[in-house]
Amino acid sequence: MEVASTEGGKRRRGMKLWSFHGGIHPPGHKRESTTRPVESAPLPKELVLPMLQHLGAPADPVVKVGDRVLKGETIARPGNFISAPIHASSSGTVVAIEERPVPHPSGLSAPCIVIETDGKEEWHPSREPADHRDLEPAEIRDRVRQAGIVGLGGAGFPSFVKLNPGKTVKTLILNGAECEPYITCDDALMRERPEQVIKGAMVIRRAVQAQHCIIAVEDNKPAAIDTLTQTLRSEGVTDMEVVAVPARYPAGGEKQLIKVLTGKEVPSGGLPIQLGIVCHNVATAAAVFRAVELGEPLISRIVTVSGSAVGGPRNLEALLGTPVPDLLRHCDTDFEGLGELIMGGPMMGVALAHHQVPLIKTGNCLLAVSRSEIEQRPVVRPCIRCGNCAEACPVNLLPQQLYWHAQSKNLDKIQEFDLFDCIECGCCAYVCPSNLPLVHYYRFAKSEIRAQQEKKRKADIARERHQKRLERLEREKAERAARRARKQPVTDESKKAAIQAALERTKAAKKESSPDEV
Amino acid sequence: MLSAVLALTLLALVFGLLLGYSSIRFKVEGDPIVDQIDAILPQTQCGQCGYPGCRPYAEAIAAGEADINQCPPGGEQVIQALADLLGREPKPLDRERGEEKPPMVAFIDESECIGCTLCIKACPVDAILGAPKMMHTVIAEECTGCELCVEPCPVDVISMVPVKEDITHWKWPPPKEANGDAA
Repeated sequence: MEVASTEGGKRRRGMKLWSFHGGIHPPGHKRESTTRPVESAPLPKELVLPMLQHLGAPADPVVKVGDRVLKGETIARPGNFISAPIHASSSGTVVAIEERPVPHPSGLSAPCIVIETDGKEEWHPSREPADHRDLEPAEIRDRVRQAGIVGLGGAGFPSFVKLNPGKTVKTLILNGAECEPYITCDDALMRERPEQVIKGAMVIRRAVQAQHCIIAVEDNKPAAIDTLTQTLRSEGVTDMEVVAVPARYPAGGEKQLIKVLTGKEVPSGGLPIQLGIVCHNVATAAAVFRAVELGEPLISRIVTVSGSAVGGPRNLEALLGTPVPDLLRHCDTDFEGLGELIMGGPMMGVALAHHQVPLIKTGNCLLAVSRSEIEQRPVVRPCIRCGNCAEACPVNLLPQQLYWHAQSKNLDKIQEFDLFDCIECGCCAYVCPSNLPLVHYYRFAKSEIRAQQEKKRKADIARERHQKRLERLEREKAERAARRARKQPVTDESKKAAIQAALERTKAAKKESSPDEV
Repeated sequence: MLSAVLALTLLALVFGLLLGYSSIRFKVEGDPIVDQIDAILPQTQCGQCGYPGCRPYAEAIAAGEADINQCPPGGEQVIQALADLLGREPKPLDRERGEEKPPMVAFIDESECIGCTLCIKACPVDAILGAPKMMHTVIAEECTGCELCVEPCPVDVISMVPVKEDITHWKWPPPKEANGDAA
């Protein structure tokens, strides 16, 4: 398939593109939030920064209650290798380090640092601008790690890990596909700050030493494609390419995008680096640019606020830790008619149990769905075995089989049907004529399996510890017996000897003492 | 006639030797069925089954001395897995042995602990840390929730607390079932 990409109105021969299995064309709903430019959200009175805003281990606080912190100051350090530090999004005072509700489907609370802002927005002096061309790849990675950058597309994997591929990278792909309905934060970024995306791409490219670099954008965002191509030309960048990929959900899925661009499939359970490919989101690239060249850590992000309960949908540049209700209020949300608040898009996002949660690094979209829209949701009916789901699945799985096995909790069987290759994109549930919540079944089965594996791991440790304890008790018993055995023969003979010796001593003493008395 | 007898004798001899050799060469160390049963058991080492630990219980099941429904911490899941492994019918849990409970972990009120080391001696997985006349504490990560330390404590300061649910260990609840009669 030959697809031409536009370049300043002039059409040129584009690169060859492939296609992935399945996929859907849901209504985009992107226009609502793209009518106005990105706005800065007002500074909130209180910032709530969860210690876990990424995949991996939670961060460990390095500040105390009562400390004054400055904007960009590190307030928590990575808890592990796969982890990320947390920075103060604005200047103020730490008023609490406690459990607060976090944006998570469970509605549970998790440790957070709470900062009362002072309105001064005073920057920490650690900001140190640099030119990425003067930095070694290792120095770039270190700066990205210190800046707490994680994948901003939604998964939140610490980015510095992906900057250290340990293998030759042929292609660097910047993912600007943004295929999910309603979400337009990457679109807004590419249109309004194309130079940050491109410079970020150059920095990442230097870090991974990639030969080739592609910025992939779905062709339903012509303005973003034009702006990026023009910026490339005006900056004189010739070794980077903007590619328009056909709009089809989920073209922005990492493995699907790689298939479209290269025709190669990432193996089951594998990583793109096995094909010599590294993939980063465009917003991550812009954050990398700000971290490396300007020395600014990740303290804010663009978030789309949209949905049927939002009066003025738009993109907001908001500080991390800003309470979500503040953002919703800023966009004229009808709180009375609010039925469901989703973090992420309508396909892959998760419904939040609490509204009083903060914005976190992975929060690309806040979708406020009105109660009337929820009431219109169709009734769930039994599966009629039509097979539409299998046709729609972009990973070529058998969603219906997965559904049956998840329903009957047949956890061994469901893994034989490659449950863990499911990307939870929701195509199967979208096409399901019975409106089954299929993704919910897969998430349920996945978390059950993970819990079982964890249980097994702990049981193995307990078995080993018990075994070691039994061995230790056995050994101690044997040692005690040996000690007794060593003593026993000695006592028998030495007893008599000792008595004899004592008798002789008393006799001698008597002999010595008696002459004096007499 | 003779050749037939010879041929059969020869065959019998060859196969006999082959079998004899294989039984020595491919001898299975240990009892694999005990290992398989032991792998299913939760390793709480609580002794509620009536045996001093999970492995002795596994050995008893393998020997046909114990039933498969005597493990309260394992609950329905373990009974089902044992039934599948041994080709038996699953049975309900033997209630006399105990009830299936949510995961628990032992907690020592450290301000009251007198440092008698009795709980340390009772712990089957060495998950209690302390020394004579020094305060003791439970390594929560290693505790199996067997409750064996609760009884020996002379000052009654050990309690079992439910394992706290956090976002990294949270499980998705099962979805509501579809309405069967197409409402």
